[in-house]
Amino acid sequence: MSSSDTELIGTGLRKRTEKALNDPFLRAAVAYTTDKLRSGRLAAMEEFGDWEQWRSRAREIRAHTIAHLDYYLGQFADNVEKAGGIVHFCSTGAEAVDVFLKIARSKGAKLVAKGKSMVSEEMHLNHHLEQEGIRAIETDLGEYILQLARETPSHLIIPAIHKNKRQIADLFEEESGQPMPPETKALAGYARQKLREIFLEADIGLTGCNFGIAETGAITLVSNEGNGRMVTTLPKTHVVVMGMERLVPTYDDVEVMLNMLARSATGQKLTTYTSFITGPKRRGDLDGAEELHVIILDNGRSAQLGDPVFQEVLHCIRCAACLNVCPVYRHVGGYTYGSVYSGPIGAVLTPLLQQDMKEAGQLAYASSLCGACYEACPVKIPLHDMLVQLRARKVKLGLTPWTERAAFKIYATGFGNVKLYSWGAKLAHYAMKPMARGGQIRKAPGIFGGWTQSRFLPMKPKRSFRERWAELQRELQAEREKQLGGEDR
Amino acid sequence: MKVSLFVTCLADQMYPEVAESVVRLLHRYGCEVDLPELQTCCGQPAFNSGYQDEARAVARNLIRAFEHSDYVVSPSGSCAGMVHHYYPDLFRDEPEWKAKAEALVAKTYEFSQFLVRVLGVKDVGASFPYKVTYHPSCHASRLLGVREEPLELLRNVRDVEFVDLPKKEDCCGFGGTFAVKMADMSEAMVCEKAAHVCETGAEVLVGGDMGCLMNIGGRLNKEGKPVRVLHLAQLLEEGVKLR
Repeated sequence: MSSSDTELIGTGLRKRTEKALNDPFLRAAVAYTTDKLRSGRLAAMEEFGDWEQWRSRAREIRAHTIAHLDYYLGQFADNVEKAGGIVHFCSTGAEAVDVFLKIARSKGAKLVAKGKSMVSEEMHLNHHLEQEGIRAIETDLGEYILQLARETPSHLIIPAIHKNKRQIADLFEEESGQPMPPETKALAGYARQKLREIFLEADIGLTGCNFGIAETGAITLVSNEGNGRMVTTLPKTHVVVMGMERLVPTYDDVEVMLNMLARSATGQKLTTYTSFITGPKRRGDLDGAEELHVIILDNGRSAQLGDPVFQEVLHCIRCAACLNVCPVYRHVGGYTYGSVYSGPIGAVLTPLLQQDMKEAGQLAYASSLCGACYEACPVKIPLHDMLVQLRARKVKLGLTPWTERAAFKIYATGFGNVKLYSWGAKLAHYAMKPMARGGQIRKAPGIFGGWTQSRFLPMKPKRSFRERWAELQRELQAEREKQLGGEDR
Repeated sequence: MKVSLFVTCLADQMYPEVAESVVRLLHRYGCEVDLPELQTCCGQPAFNSGYQDEARAVARNLIRAFEHSDYVVSPSGSCAGMVHHYYPDLFRDEPEWKAKAEALVAKTYEFSQFLVRVLGVKDVGASFPYKVTYHPSCHASRLLGVREEPLELLRNVRDVEFVDLPKKEDCCGFGGTFAVKMADMSEAMVCEKAAHVCETGAEVLVGGDMGCLMNIGGRLNKEGKPVRVLHLAQLLEEGVKLR
């Protein structure tokens, strides 16, 4: 799906699911890479030791920061400004786009070199820049590939997870007009050469922010390709776009978080490059931007503050461990979620950020509630519980079909009373009987059609366990007496 | 020891033989088992679909059913997990019912958990001369924390050839209403699970949750694969007889 034909979330969920499931290349590529990331994470956890303790510590840091977010945002902004940076608080994506465009215009910018930033995807910045006649080039290899393909990221940290080497080579061939072997070395070499020109030419470097450190106003960026360093030091102006929750209080805290982030994301101890940027270039510095702007974006985040059920979603450090273990993500990939944020975290975050339970809320059903996401989350966000709570919110708002509401009313009455339950069970047996062959139902009508599309449904036996119970008790009693009799002799 | 069987609606109506195996094994270890008549379902289908009022109505009924029990044992990790993980929160605004829910949590066990942790039985003295693979269900392991107990019981079965199931921790795609509502996603998941089961060459797939086993078994049946699907209690009980 290209960014230009982004469908409404929810209405298209079924269609997008079908499309993904019928794409064997996508499924193979996603499964292959998530498998690698999963085993890498497990090995890194093992080697690190005391994972659960680290996890608890990381959760505490996030919980504390988010609980006192107003304080830390104030401290962070003050320190950014003390270091010579300029802070812009924006409540919506549109506002943040405007701020960025103003900066770009004042610099007469023609070319923006971008480091990885999910928030800029969230505010559709590239699209707006294009309309203004400003070229924005993604310099993260994955994102660069997607830009050539006119697609958006389908994974938080491996944005082009759904592409294989052949597809990437085809894109590079098209761009360069030269034949390109589908080999990692050649492909990376080509991108490196292309991107170097961009780093040198760009008027503005734009990045996201993995963590902002409140005590100093520093910004931390992690990368494995080194493009983060280039983007932040070569162009004269550096603009950081960050979600308002992306803070930690101190350097000690960021040490814990970086350890957890790299291990959870890729199974690395640390990423190849970790940059700390405090303010613009100072006198005597050999490199660095001359001007540093920090755009801090709310865009629906503050609505979660104080929410007893959903505040913890702001703890997320965007490591994507939940995507890599999610059996749904594994089969359908990122685009099925129809959002910048995919996988279990996306299914929770998207309806909350967009404050849209109707369409985006459909994503809450794209989970079997297996809990693998919670188990993998380095900051213990109970995503599986949140998905259930989102469904409950949908029910409360009256956004579920009336047939479903009626069915659960009947369920509550029928299963809330044992007489009705037993009577209903008998009825079910006779209703199923004509459909069964050899103890199995191969094709069921109505809502159970979805079940039998891929599985047989066993026929319900005539006698329930409770109907057998009295007889079983007598049998067991007789056995016991026989045993006791035997012992007596 | 007096034990109440929390049979679950699925075992009661669809798999009475599983409940029978549980009762027979408990009986073997001197438990006096009763079947509180009031019980029906734990409320999970409604709860997981977001219908909390409806789930509460059914949960109240279950709480009443076991009010006078000492121990409550269930052949399902998912239903026991529902009680443990969600009941207290479901009644967070009703102190009286919350206390009752917590009392039920304190005495509710999944079958293998009860056998190993409460009765201290790790070896039922079974023999099962077949090639077996085991699917750990998500709710038993992640919601209830029952991971080692079923394996401990299986390890002590004689003559069994145990083969590890690849990607065993991946969900089978059941998820209650998920299998019906998101049938396409569910299908992709169960197909992969069934393929892994077949890959092991096992003659028997064993698990501790009839929901998952109905799902995987239903797929294996549709594919015409000759794999027997058994609940752990069935395997152990059959194994005791074989010895």
